[in-house]
Amino acid sequence: MISLKEVLKKYPKKEEYLIEILLEFQTSKKNHYISSEDVSTISEYLDIPESQICSVISFYTLLSMTPKGKYVVQVCHDVPCFVNDATNIYEKLVELLGVSDGETTPDSLFTLEITECLGCCNVAPAMRINNEVYTSLTPAKIETIINDLRGEVK
Amino acid sequence: MVNFKINNIDISVEENTTILQAARKHHIDIPTLCNYPDLEIKSECRVCVVEINGEKKLFTSCSTIAKEGMIVNTNSPKVLNARKTILELILANHDAVCATCPKNLNCELQTLANKLGIDENRFPTVLEVKPIDNKNPALIRNINRCIKCGRCIDVCKSIQSMNVLDVMGRGQNIEITPAYGKFLTDESCTYCGQCSSVCPVGAIIEKDDTDPVWEALNNPNLHVIVQVAPAVRVSLGEELGMEPGSIVTEKVVSALKYLGFDAVYDTDFTADLTIIEEGNELIDRITNGGVLPIMTSCCPGWINYVEQKYPEILDHISSCKSPQQMFGALAKSYYAEKMKLDPKNIFVVSIMPCTAKKYEAKREEMRIDSVNPDVDVVLTTRELGKMVRQMGINFESIEGSPFDKPFGITTGAAAIFGATGGVMEAALRTVYEVVNKEELKDINFTMVRGTDGIKEAEVELGGQKVKVAVAHTLANAKILSDQVKNGTSPYVFIEIMACPGGCIGGGGQPYGTTAEIRQKRIDAIYKVDENMTIRKSHENPDIKALYDDYLEKPLGHKSHQLLHTHYHSRKK
Repeated sequence: MISLKEVLKKYPKKEEYLIEILLEFQTSKKNHYISSEDVSTISEYLDIPESQICSVISFYTLLSMTPKGKYVVQVCHDVPCFVNDATNIYEKLVELLGVSDGETTPDSLFTLEITECLGCCNVAPAMRINNEVYTSLTPAKIETIINDLRGEVK
Repeated sequence: MVNFKINNIDISVEENTTILQAARKHHIDIPTLCNYPDLEIKSECRVCVVEINGEKKLFTSCSTIAKEGMIVNTNSPKVLNARKTILELILANHDAVCATCPKNLNCELQTLANKLGIDENRFPTVLEVKPIDNKNPALIRNINRCIKCGRCIDVCKSIQSMNVLDVMGRGQNIEITPAYGKFLTDESCTYCGQCSSVCPVGAIIEKDDTDPVWEALNNPNLHVIVQVAPAVRVSLGEELGMEPGSIVTEKVVSALKYLGFDAVYDTDFTADLTIIEEGNELIDRITNGGVLPIMTSCCPGWINYVEQKYPEILDHISSCKSPQQMFGALAKSYYAEKMKLDPKNIFVVSIMPCTAKKYEAKREEMRIDSVNPDVDVVLTTRELGKMVRQMGINFESIEGSPFDKPFGITTGAAAIFGATGGVMEAALRTVYEVVNKEELKDINFTMVRGTDGIKEAEVELGGQKVKVAVAHTLANAKILSDQVKNGTSPYVFIEIMACPGGCIGGGGQPYGTTAEIRQKRIDAIYKVDENMTIRKSHENPDIKALYDDYLEKPLGHKSHQLLHTHYHSRKK
């Protein structure tokens, strides 16, 4: 994880870089969110009011003001995935993780989210975990993926 | 010129005129909701939609520029149906309990629903009741009534440059709140109340303090007195149905007497006193090499601003309390002694054009016995209007009466405190004569009058030319504060008022305040000044008597005890 100061150094002090800064910093953070201290620092650097930065973060589902799990599991629910059994995939994830859409597991390892099209309609159903996309999913495949990630942490 | 048609009427307007502006110029009524004079065009609410021939969709007339040959219909069945649907949808997500809402009969949404003939809502309510922000002494934010028009954001951002409020979330889930949905107390809110004066519904309102006043008035053990701020005499009439800019000084006194106050006093008296103290402070700082420029301290919104945003320049703020607090302090000391009353049995009410005054009165520094507030309750012009209505007083026809003694005589200099530049002008009238030991040829310092955001003037004091400046709105205050902070300020004296136009445009003034109405109130204030026998604070005989009797001399020991205060950094 790189510090916010290092991220800011890469960008000119211009309002239009706000979203890029937010995205880059959030992606680098273990719990994938922008804290209120981060908002203050960015606000000072770009000279944008904190209320406006919060407004921007709250507009994009990709950005978050609350901590998420180490792995953000995003399941597509758009039509091609839906007709290819995405509902059962989601149900299986709920069963495995014990949380539903928008929630984070108590051990802060996983956050489950339903998302729009991931651009993998030809290999539906699909999901994304952090930056990696998993395709042609089946309940069995999901169990392996989740167990592997759990194993990685141990 | 652009020629086009609205409802079959030939219209000719200048280029870049919106359909709404063109319609209004020709007395064609198009209903609006988020639109507000002097604020940005938001086209947020969609209520002002119109049909344009040849176009499939409806257009918002507030943001659509009229084009040559356009044929516009503002009342076609399609438009009427859309407008009604829009309003029904807004109402389905609104806490519409009108009869018990403080904005009842003063609500733009309610008026519009009535105008569009909505007797019944086809849509079931989707309102999810959320907590109300009532943690501060000045303003209440009830998000359940918010219709997301964005006027409050606009005024907080562009007029005041405070940016306390913004839109959070997306789509139908949006909310207008401070960052993180926090309370106003968590933010640098100055309680200027400009948001409350533009809110079309009851989502941001002042904290209603009329109940404790009724209680005090009905308590036989209390001596209940009231002070009336300069700006209220040119706005209470308007609040009660008279023309904007009506001067109702003496009617206010009668109405307050009728409500049961034991004595009615004029904050103008302590405004005169402020001029004597602040003027001497300025002279002292100039002659003894004190911190300059000196900045005024009458405006509590400005004090809240500077304590939170510019604590580095607190040395520049005059140590004088505001006229409201000087009155409170005198009421519970000098007045109590003179009337042989226990200060604990004196209940002081202020009628102010301001919501931030409610916060000021609650400050711990504003208690001369360190326990009880010097000013017990602050009511806005609107709240006094409410009490007058509750008592069924026919304000317009009430016979006027003069303010009570011993603070009976006031000057024109004090009256103009209500308009931007007024404190500066009043101070100059006194400081000039005291320092130069000669009479002013023309006491009207027109350079500091008017509604320009920042005004400058040059005055000769003791053989040298000095510059002074006046700013109103916090966005302009920011510009002058930055200069002071950076040491580049060319001035010796700066007047700052947080609200546009000064106190006459305060956050507690009648709803519907616009630049035009502010101007009418300003004109009225200067008329009050012109009609006064005495127009310079240092010539007020009652002020002289107060110093002879009690305070001894300006900036003396007693003055410091009662009339001066200190500030502290509250940077967040």
